Amino acid sequence: MKKSKADPKGVLTGSHFMDGDYALAEGGLAAGCRYFGGYPITPSTETAERFSERIPYVGGVFIQMEDELASIASLIGAVWGGKKAMTVTSGPGFSLMMENIGLACMMETPLVIANVQRGGPSTGLPTLTGQQDMMQARWGSHGDYEIIALSPDSPQECFDLTIEAFNLSETYRVPVFVMTDECIGHMHEKVVIPPAEEIELVERKWYKGPKNKYLPYKNDTDGIPFMVKAGDGYRFHTTGLTRDERGYPLLNAECQATCVSHLIDKIKDNAEKIIHLEETDIDNAEILVMSYGITSRVSIKAVQEAKKAGIKVGTMQLKTVWPFPEKRVKELAGKVKAIVFPEINAGQVVLEAERVVADKCEVVSVPHYGGWVHDPKVILNAIKEAAK
Amino acid sequence: MNKEEQNTEKNPMEEILRMDRIPHIWCPGCGIGTVVTSFAEALRKEKYDLDKIAVVSGIGCTGRVAGYTKLDSFHTTHGRAIPFATGLKLAKPDTKVVVFSGDGDISGIGGNHLIHAARRNMDMVVICVNNFNYAMTGGQVAATTPKGANAATAPYGNFENAFNLPYLTDAAGATYIARWTSLHLRRVTKSIQEALNKRGFSFIEVITPCVTLYARRNRLGDGLNLLKYYYDTSEIQHGADTRTLDISYQGKLIVGKFVDKEKPTFLEAMNTHLSSVLGDKYQLYGDNND
Repeated sequence: MKKSKADPKGVLTGSHFMDGDYALAEGGLAAGCRYFGGYPITPSTETAERFSERIPYVGGVFIQMEDELASIASLIGAVWGGKKAMTVTSGPGFSLMMENIGLACMMETPLVIANVQRGGPSTGLPTLTGQQDMMQARWGSHGDYEIIALSPDSPQECFDLTIEAFNLSETYRVPVFVMTDECIGHMHEKVVIPPAEEIELVERKWYKGPKNKYLPYKNDTDGIPFMVKAGDGYRFHTTGLTRDERGYPLLNAECQATCVSHLIDKIKDNAEKIIHLEETDIDNAEILVMSYGITSRVSIKAVQEAKKAGIKVGTMQLKTVWPFPEKRVKELAGKVKAIVFPEINAGQVVLEAERVVADKCEVVSVPHYGGWVHDPKVILNAIKEAAK
Repeated sequence: MNKEEQNTEKNPMEEILRMDRIPHIWCPGCGIGTVVTSFAEALRKEKYDLDKIAVVSGIGCTGRVAGYTKLDSFHTTHGRAIPFATGLKLAKPDTKVVVFSGDGDISGIGGNHLIHAARRNMDMVVICVNNFNYAMTGGQVAATTPKGANAATAPYGNFENAFNLPYLTDAAGATYIARWTSLHLRRVTKSIQEALNKRGFSFIEVITPCVTLYARRNRLGDGLNLLKYYYDTSEIQHGADTRTLDISYQGKLIVGKFVDKEKPTFLEAMNTHLSSVLGDKYQLYGDNND
């Protein structure tokens, strides 16, 4: 993995008062993203607006495509043309992107998609918050594959995790999702953007060998194949069909197993390196509150109140939601009495906790159907109930 | 003398074909192969730098072209070849991007992208092989099926209006538009040569027989019969008003070069506009902006 410093042209060093949507765009620019193909959808539009305003001064392309199918398809093309690329969307647009997210996975194309979640299904709550696309991020395209999904809890984390998303996508050649929500997207807070030399970026894994020997899907020693750009004389082929290491279609069970298991294993085998958690007071906890995104911040109040009431509560904020921190949750399941898991959905990521815990402790889902965040009292009551 | 040295004579097309993927999947009598031949011939005649050209295909019979061309080649998703090509072109402006796909892919599921790429005058060549039906999936009715023709999902005949693709792309803003049948080998070749040398959105429609499905279902004879029929019923009318180019079932086919005009491409317009508005602060975007 080759690392480099950020290009100062894209880095707006300083302290800013900005919302999460803007911070996503600034994170992308700082990470070296020079192609943005997007389609406007509430509550994510400000990210596209910010990028379109900033990119002429940085050097790159912003294009408003005709729909989300075109946005994501153009991103994949742009990445094979050598750029780092991102887009932003929300529920309905995310649904439209699903088929080509599968293509990005199959072609092992690094790119970043931010989803400023709103309440669904369908048009749902365009201007109000939700965390209902978490399972869609994990499973939304057809077939078996693995992706990485991060979830910021503040505008600052929108900036930080977008850079992390680019670095992970380049490391593992996989689409990475920044799963934020309307609350964070429209929340104005202090965002500190460091000097360019303090921002470390993972460079694309460029192939350097003889041009006629390039094999697009021949794994390197770290399990990740090398990339090239179109138009540089490699004259390579790639396809959405099940393919061999030459990138040629090979439609049989054996090749399918090699191809698909690779897409899964490159993430699963590196899960411990990918997973980014923030834990507090975990050691003697009897109750573990797991959460991500805006719900992590709402939980703080409930956790403080529970502690005042004498309950030993630890917290785990999942900055990485996918891959799920199986190993760590299993470990803690043997130590705590219960896991309390609030989410602004009917109970999605909690299902993964239940699966991993396998009855070693109680798992309490605290659902919320969207439109607003939890009342901390609801989470507090769930903690109290679980501690009984 | 080893084997390689003995076989020194090569088919001139080998330079642009992935010979390790031949034989191809197309049916005997299908017209797609001859369009690929014209494409290869156009590249050869132009002495085109084969390192600087990328082929993007969608899904379908013609969608398989990308897989056979020994160029940078992308076999993408159904309907999305044009937006994929848009991203590729914008990321790597010094690369010529050719979209090679079928009527269903480009004008059916991908129709929205076709008109928008033409509207933006995105610099690319779109070669649309029109065989009047969805062939890969078994001959279903398409947006291009002429009224009255029979198709797998129009078993009593098609009653929908068909797209007039030159008219559609003309209205949307394409700067080069031609239509031929696949038997017009030299003319298809010449159109591709012209399009390769043009900056802007070029659209070339090539009418080809689908022998296994469309021809058989409609009892139109074998591939050669239908190929010859299309050729014989075609009439060259360069510069014809694109409104007059509807295709009726087994009727007269107006072919030729209909549009060839100049207009700034997307990137030219972007650079000109943003330079004029932002002045020196604008970071000019182009070939050296890697």
